[in-house]
Amino acid sequence: MSERSDVSKRRGSAPRIVLVTGVARHLGAQVAARLVADPRVERVIGVDLTAPPDELAPLLEGVDLHRVDLRNPEIARLLGDEGVQAVVHLAITTAVDYQSGGRGASKELNVIGTMQLLAACQQAPDLRKLVVRSSTAAYGASFRDPAVFTEDTEPREAPRGGFGRDVLDIEGYVRGFRRRCPDVVATVLRFAPFIGEHAGTRLNRYFALPVVPTVLGRDPRLQFIHVDDGLEVLHRAIVERHPGMYNVAGAGVLTLSQAIRRAGRVTFPVVEPGLSAVAGFAKSSGALDFSLDQLDLFVHGRVVDTTRLIEEFGFEPRSTAAAFDDFIRGAGFGPLGPHRVRAAERSILESIQRIRGTVEGDR
Amino acid sequence: MTDGRYEAADADPTSEGDAWDRRVAGLLALLRHRLTGDYSVDEFGFDKQLTESVFLPALRPLYRTWFRVETYGVKHLPEEGAALIVANHSGTIALDAAMLAVAVHDEHPAQRFLRLLGADFVFRMPGLSEVARKSGSTLACNPDAERLLRSGELVGVFPEGFKGVGKRFADRYKLQRFGRGGFVSAALRTGTPIIPVSIVGAEETYPLIGNIRPLARLLGTPYFPVTPLFPWLGPLGVVPLPSKWLIEFGEPITTEGLADSGDDPMVVFNLADQVRETIQQSLYRLLELRPDPWSA
Repeated sequence: MSERSDVSKRRGSAPRIVLVTGVARHLGAQVAARLVADPRVERVIGVDLTAPPDELAPLLEGVDLHRVDLRNPEIARLLGDEGVQAVVHLAITTAVDYQSGGRGASKELNVIGTMQLLAACQQAPDLRKLVVRSSTAAYGASFRDPAVFTEDTEPREAPRGGFGRDVLDIEGYVRGFRRRCPDVVATVLRFAPFIGEHAGTRLNRYFALPVVPTVLGRDPRLQFIHVDDGLEVLHRAIVERHPGMYNVAGAGVLTLSQAIRRAGRVTFPVVEPGLSAVAGFAKSSGALDFSLDQLDLFVHGRVVDTTRLIEEFGFEPRSTAAAFDDFIRGAGFGPLGPHRVRAAERSILESIQRIRGTVEGDR
Repeated sequence: MTDGRYEAADADPTSEGDAWDRRVAGLLALLRHRLTGDYSVDEFGFDKQLTESVFLPALRPLYRTWFRVETYGVKHLPEEGAALIVANHSGTIALDAAMLAVAVHDEHPAQRFLRLLGADFVFRMPGLSEVARKSGSTLACNPDAERLLRSGELVGVFPEGFKGVGKRFADRYKLQRFGRGGFVSAALRTGTPIIPVSIVGAEETYPLIGNIRPLARLLGTPYFPVTPLFPWLGPLGVVPLPSKWLIEFGEPITTEGLADSGDDPMVVFNLADQVRETIQQSLYRLLELRPDPWSA
């Protein structure tokens, strides 16, 4: 009895050697940096297909970098040789990178990469923790879905977008892994779209456009997670013991039009069939890229319940509205910022008073 | 005349001007809130400010002057906490839902908002889906209904669905089948009382005499209505006939202690039948109170 509780306590403690995939991207680099700063973690191994860009170099100090293709059995050797105790899988691309082969390539990386990584994990002798980044895109978005998704909600329709389907596949592999390796604590985090003051996410770029395209007659309910809070949840999932699947999002809701107004920008409603044309144009001009995932999100919206996260992690991410405010701090207001609106209101009131004053004075 | 007006203003030099000033300032402030996104929306998309300042005021003339709605038994609505309001559905387009929402808000002392459960169709349509969400509606499905009830809201449901609104004028005030009774399971699982509501008057607003099926199929709507005025008179045919409306809130049916029976089809169907029968009987009673649909 005492031995078993000892074991579970040991399992609950922080892993000493952690491997992070996807460190050539912002999120992965930041997760790795936090792990390096944590005294409980002795060694952090960072893995990615490409070398990290120079701007991430300061974050990756102290991280043992390896250029490894996850689809390659090399990763299994790395896990075994280094005695890795925890794997953090962040190399899941939300956006299709058109430079490196488009949708087919990103599906390959997401799905086949995860499959290989999990196969390697299965053979790693010292592994006791697995944390996988997933997305609320797994719920899809349709008019027949309930307004709020809990972790147990089965989507009424499979997601139309490629990324949503990838995420469902990935979660399926994690479920299989959990069955085969019940001793490994597996945590799946379904993140809402990331936003933040300096986060270079696609959503940030979208809301920073001076005129923001929306779908005519649709005002989806959106939820965001602040990048810093997302990092906190990831870190806790790695160093603490939280098996299971969790929605990670800021409480509350902003509708798309409300968010655009808060950012002081102007909406540009497009009819649904015309949106793909706009998306194509935007893509070719490099301003932003849209996929069916985004289109469905911008038509139907997506809201998740985070009760399970808050209870299990003892941490409440800042609200969606607060996360968005922080983004505005970084991006600045557009042409319709609150100061201008307030000034316009004041000048209208003053001119009414002036006109009335002269009319009454004439009498 | 000019003198008279001047004197009136002179007698009370500030009050009239101030009232108007306040009104203009209030309107501008509202506009500023809307323009800067400074309002809150709940997780179902309910926009309280918009509902209070735009939707309800827009519906009020229809409610008071056009349909001359009278309500009975508003005391049966709880001051606070959840209740499931189950009503009969009629009138080709769901004006009864809007009028019920006005009745619950305006006639009840606590000015509560009715959270309606709408059909798939509503949330598929651009525009309509947004008005529905912002006015507090959500999709008629058990997770949403139970979530609203658990958070203590007044939830409104029309179990007849399109069978009710799309029935012919000849079948008026005959309750249609009540679906699978999902609303009963939601009430049972959350232990919320069911309040049966009967609405008289909506049937005469757009007397449905025909349905052009091919057009409905083309537009993706459940039916394409033909009324004595629509589509013959064009836009004028959209004006509802000014029938006299009566809305009765019945005595609450308690579901406490039955939380485990939410999946028991026997209990669910019996309770659904009881609700249906109660509404039907009270419809007959209300119709006797209102022999002439066009009375004042």
